[in-house]
Amino acid sequence: MIDKFVGSLAQAVADVPDGATIMIGGFGNAGIPVELTHALLDQGARGLTVITNNAGSGETDVAALIREGRVAKIICSYPRSAGSVWFERLYQAGRIELELVPQGTMSERMRAAAAGLGGFFTPTSAGTILAEGKETRMIDGREHVFEPPLPADYALVKADLADRWGNLTYHSAARNFGPTMAMAARVTVVQVRRRVDLGALDPECVITPGIFVDRVVAVGEA
Amino acid sequence: MSEPLQRHQIARRIAEDITDGAYVNLGIGMPTMVANYVPEDREVVYHSENGILGMGPAPAPGEEDPDLINAGKQPVTLLPGASIFHHTDAFIMMRGGHIDITVLGAFQVSERGDLANWATNDGKLPPAVGGAMDLAVGARQVFVMTEHVTRRGEPKILQQCTYPLTGHGVVNRIYTSLAVIDVTADGLLAREIIDGLSREELQAKTGARLRWAPDLQVLRAG
Repeated sequence: MIDKFVGSLAQAVADVPDGATIMIGGFGNAGIPVELTHALLDQGARGLTVITNNAGSGETDVAALIREGRVAKIICSYPRSAGSVWFERLYQAGRIELELVPQGTMSERMRAAAAGLGGFFTPTSAGTILAEGKETRMIDGREHVFEPPLPADYALVKADLADRWGNLTYHSAARNFGPTMAMAARVTVVQVRRRVDLGALDPECVITPGIFVDRVVAVGEA
Repeated sequence: MSEPLQRHQIARRIAEDITDGAYVNLGIGMPTMVANYVPEDREVVYHSENGILGMGPAPAPGEEDPDLINAGKQPVTLLPGASIFHHTDAFIMMRGGHIDITVLGAFQVSERGDLANWATNDGKLPPAVGGAMDLAVGARQVFVMTEHVTRRGEPKILQQCTYPLTGHGVVNRIYTSLAVIDVTADGLLAREIIDGLSREELQAKTGARLRWAPDLQVLRAG
């Protein structure tokens, strides 16, 4: 029998080693897997490479991982949101590495990893400082920049409902990076609001099929 | 001499050029004002990079859903016909030429249509690009909305941008507080100029050579 639910948040992230590459979903405060991120903080893994759109704000989730010195490198598109004080502080002190990626290039690089592709050429960033040192090619008269796939060891994702096969639905625009990260990581760990019975989700409305999901924890209503 | 257009008046002018049936992405900040002035008999579908088509205005106080936000992380609503999708699909729309019009702010624009709107040369803050490069490169038409000169009176329209580029040769039309200017294969073509400002005066506030449309019109404040 397949049952991807695990008993606790701690169990869901227990095997994350030092130095792991971890995708963390969310855009602004929508879709951040806050409880899983705090479980990772308690678990204690260090030297992490974190792939996430923003660099956390305030004192919780991604910002807390950064504050506690767990993050060696962050790969993101917009690390300057209001309240990103911990990232800014460590960045200015030279204690965290930043790989800045255009947002669409970031999601497409993850998709390439998910699809088993060796990368792609895109006109995004051509002729800009973010293309410096990268391979380029003229395609249909337009300069394109080569971008490699962006895989991860783990993805931490927030969804809304899950059944025991790991089929997922999301709530509103909190979906954002969740489906792509779930596909791109070797181990995908999902927190959901509620578990539902197998067969309760309309197959037409499943957003992430369970094949992309390894572990699920129900955390209850927000 | 008539006064330069205020921001809401530039927004009103741009709104005249948002066509019925268009799929539109309005950049963060000043460009979001454009939606307030699009005539009600035009059906326009607004896109947000975090996975929304059919985005509506801000909700009434107390009706906010923290999972339903726009690219600027402000609460929004969904109109009848709206759809939600994940980040990679949202950026496929932006990067793949599916968005008809985007309106973007600018630090600088060059006579070849280069856009600089994501970074200054200030090295203190960490760089942050978000979806700016994807949108600039991928939308079918890129409209820029900007003051004609900086607060210090320096031209923002130049032969060559001095700030880091967002995209190379991407801007189609520039709407400023003084003029409407097309970027053409032969350089800048002024189409509208505010009443009471001479061609010489506009040229003096512009850092690249202007040509003049044979049917040069008055840019009305509306």
